Amino acid sequence: MYVAVKGGEKAIENAHAWLAEERRGDKDVAELSIAQIREQLSLAVNRVMAEGSLFDPDLAALAIKQARGDLIEAIFLIRAYRTTLPRFGYSNPVDTGEMTCDRRISATFKDAPGGQVLGPTFDYTHRLLDFKLAAEGEVAPAPEGQPRSGSTPHISGFLKAEDILQDEPASDAAPGDLTREPMEYPATRPLRLQSLTRGDEGFVLGMAYSTQRGYARNHAFVGELRIGKVAVEMEIPELGFAIEIGEVELTECETVNQFKGSKVEPPQFTRGYGLVFGQSERKSIAMALVDRALRWKELGEDNLGAPAQDEEFVLSHADNIQATGFLEHIKLPHYVDFQSELELVRKLRREAEDRISPKEAAE
Amino acid sequence: MTDQTNIAVAKRQEWMGLLARAPEDALMPLWDEMNTSPGFEWLRRPEVGGVMVRGRIGGSGAPFNLGEMTVTRCSLVLGDGTVGHGHVQGRSKRKAEAAALIDALMQTKAAGAIRARVLNPLAQQMQATKTARAAKAAATKVEFFTLVRGED
Repeated sequence: MYVAVKGGEKAIENAHAWLAEERRGDKDVAELSIAQIREQLSLAVNRVMAEGSLFDPDLAALAIKQARGDLIEAIFLIRAYRTTLPRFGYSNPVDTGEMTCDRRISATFKDAPGGQVLGPTFDYTHRLLDFKLAAEGEVAPAPEGQPRSGSTPHISGFLKAEDILQDEPASDAAPGDLTREPMEYPATRPLRLQSLTRGDEGFVLGMAYSTQRGYARNHAFVGELRIGKVAVEMEIPELGFAIEIGEVELTECETVNQFKGSKVEPPQFTRGYGLVFGQSERKSIAMALVDRALRWKELGEDNLGAPAQDEEFVLSHADNIQATGFLEHIKLPHYVDFQSELELVRKLRREAEDRISPKEAAE
Repeated sequence: MTDQTNIAVAKRQEWMGLLARAPEDALMPLWDEMNTSPGFEWLRRPEVGGVMVRGRIGGSGAPFNLGEMTVTRCSLVLGDGTVGHGHVQGRSKRKAEAAALIDALMQTKAAGAIRARVLNPLAQQMQATKTARAAKAAATKVEFFTLVRGED
């Protein structure tokens, strides 16, 4: 018998009203503005933009406020909004060589042209809680040096000149777009990178860490890490030429990895690549390590059966919105499903009891 | 294309790019200050959409899709038939309209005044912000020095 049940509207409405009140918190404490979140929680904003796959700091800040700081919920809101936007087109590929770098470091070349520029980093802080921040106070202006203009060359360019670093063949082939067609395996490297850059930071970090601990180890050095703004250009059909339509902040990581050579290639360094919206350093390093691990087949390496080498495993579990959607749906009413399971278990138990009972009777 | 049109295109790319990147709260006060409201008709009313931003593998290799950004665009035509396009970052229809009007007026006799009173001050403001960041970055550049070792 199927019984349709309705109800809960009032409860849901009241739950949402209470949610709004809890979101606001104690009214004696000043309300957060979108600008405050955008300016003062900017790394959270960056993460929501990267995994929400939409560069718009004000929207990401709004989503964080609405989600009460639950970043996966905020990413969900951004993804949902994103689907309502008409797609105007695709940009020309951004030129990260022309990035205005706030930060640019290399773990492999001390004397890299352009220098080691630390930028506003947490590195070398002592990770001790700073109780001065608990009190309101003015911040001293950061010291200034002689600003450098002109572009900062990629470190990989120097190694490539010596031919000891694998080349990334330039191409203008239109890449697949997983927001338009469902993923298919094996996936191309452009599709893998699209999936990783919007993947969950924690998941991609865990996968990258697994390669460092020995599950398909690939001996990565951070050849270069740079953070800064790049201009975005797009062809405008009605104009007949390309114009800049804005600029985005990006974090780019290039790893240089050991490679002993294969049947077809001489020993040389290979590369992993990470490029992520915003200042997202941990994510872009992790992305580069996972990208490199997933390249085992094209580099003629052995399949060690490591999780980070299994692209279907990695890519189909990297998306936290798909994951949380499926995970959290099991808390929603499953009364009918469960009712049938309950009936089944009761029936099995009755049958088991019937089998045992005659024996007991005989004893 | 002749050199002349190449120059014209380069100039238009420059101001359209500047307007696209400009923060709304930097552009609008300068534009409002101009107090110019030429008659126009919409060819395309302002609409908010997304553009898929692409990167290149390794910075120089094959392209891949990185993620979208918000863009607002519109097109209009002035009374004299000059067409202006606005393609600006973000979701501000006001800013897109101002950008399209400025794009149109820059193709008219008003160009000199607009350049002097809107585009130049705007470019200066944005350059100052950029230079200030570059100066702070420069102060965090590591100066290595070698310690003299104590073995003669």
